[in-house]
Amino acid sequence: MKVTIDGQTIEVPEGTTILQAARMLGPEVAPPTMCYYSKLETSGGYCRTCIVKVTKGSEKDPRPMPKPVASCRTMVMDGMEVQNNTSQDVLDARKGVVEFLLANHPLDCPVCDQAGECHLQDLSFEHGAEGTRFEFERRTFKKIDLGPYIQLHMTRCILCYRCVKVADQLTPHRYHGVMNRGDVSEISTYIEHAIDNEFSGNVIDVCPVGALTDKTFRFKSRVWFTKPMDAHRDCPTCSGRVTLWYKGDDVLRVTGRKDAFGEVDEFICNTCRFETKKTSDWVIDGPKVVDHKSVISANHYLGNNQVPSFAFEVTKDYKQVNDLPVQPGSTVNQLDK
Amino acid sequence: MQALTNRSKRVSNKKLSLGERLYLPAVVGGLGITLKHFFKKKVTIQYPEEQRPMSEVYRGLHVLKRDEQGRERCTACGLCAVACPAEAISMTAAERQPGEENLYREEKYAAVYEINMLRCIFCGLCEEACPKSAIYLQSDKLAPSFYSRADVIYGKDRLVQSMETIKTAKSLKSGLTTSDRYVDKVWKNGKY
Repeated sequence: MKVTIDGQTIEVPEGTTILQAARMLGPEVAPPTMCYYSKLETSGGYCRTCIVKVTKGSEKDPRPMPKPVASCRTMVMDGMEVQNNTSQDVLDARKGVVEFLLANHPLDCPVCDQAGECHLQDLSFEHGAEGTRFEFERRTFKKIDLGPYIQLHMTRCILCYRCVKVADQLTPHRYHGVMNRGDVSEISTYIEHAIDNEFSGNVIDVCPVGALTDKTFRFKSRVWFTKPMDAHRDCPTCSGRVTLWYKGDDVLRVTGRKDAFGEVDEFICNTCRFETKKTSDWVIDGPKVVDHKSVISANHYLGNNQVPSFAFEVTKDYKQVNDLPVQPGSTVNQLDK
Repeated sequence: MQALTNRSKRVSNKKLSLGERLYLPAVVGGLGITLKHFFKKKVTIQYPEEQRPMSEVYRGLHVLKRDEQGRERCTACGLCAVACPAEAISMTAAERQPGEENLYREEKYAAVYEINMLRCIFCGLCEEACPKSAIYLQSDKLAPSFYSRADVIYGKDRLVQSMETIKTAKSLKSGLTTSDRYVDKVWKNGKY
């Protein structure tokens, strides 16, 4: 099936959603997502962040769709034409979605451990308005303790349901879920039950905001002062392929390896995440490649910064700087050699 | 030798007269110039007893502000440190314990906050980056000269605003530095 997104055409199998097709084209074309997570079944359809405009329904029925559609839940049709960032309507609608998401979200990014790798922060930076029009008191909640590993800040939650789906699909028993309905719904456990499943720590990785954060990393450091390293170890329960976040010689935090869309490649177990925080526990694979636009690469002048794309344009006009094939994804180190 | 340009001057080597050879008129003339300056307005001041008025936007020594209730405003978000081009700022955060609400404004605070004054270039980017209006470069206070290496690292003991200035300040605005009041004034006038 042929689908055109923002002027780029791609051939995809039947049953692909617009979002998946856009992700095949690359992160620049893909609409942002807050609730959809490709590794979790039935995720998506809640947040409306990924809305796109379908300007041509299909080859057989070329009428445009009357309203913007959620690209994570809409299947592609043959000959479909979709506008994402090229449509002002989509950008305006997304701005409205961000405003709704932020209506109850507290402005505590200076305190929040997620700041710097927060999807809502990125989203509001790219698509949101500068100020808020919300004049009412924001929601507050009674504090709920989820055990020794996971910190829940319900005020920051945007109700994406990702953590609920992690618990449903990765673990045999789910102790937490979404209570109540509508405006007062909240993530909670039955009678303050601690979440102690071996894979429960993955709710931290899937949370797009700072609602679920690592208690062992709490206030230890800001994300942009730590250096991510890819590492692995022989783990009997999970794949053991993780990212270690170093500050100096100390491993402050262990997370799954995240891809360009902020999704983990493999879910890791709690032993890897919380218990093994010594360099001697791990085999280091090398520095994680961080996008040069990310705040995590700020002030890291050597090593793991990804070379910006314009650098490759520049090098094309001059002589080849090294014997390695220069291609996007190379790191500064490779260019230096 | 022929001159390359016609700008060269011919030096006269005529002999000095007796009066000129005594150099007395020249010496007296020089003393006269010195004497004249005794009666002119002085261009120097007696620093540090006397001080010149400083610009309202001068960027001097840093201060970590307290709010109107005397609580520390800094929440150790690290934006000043990441904005600092000289990498002079470092900090360690800690969680506020129950009962410390009158000490720290937010649930997280800076347990350690250090500025290396030798590294600092007084650019004011930390002040601009701060989302909590916590760090300011005072316009009326200069960083002193240092006599030992240990002196140059300013910790919270020397950076945090003293409680006395909180009590004398009538409002939040009067507790702020003059540079902040200047910025406020400029914003109100709509000119910036």
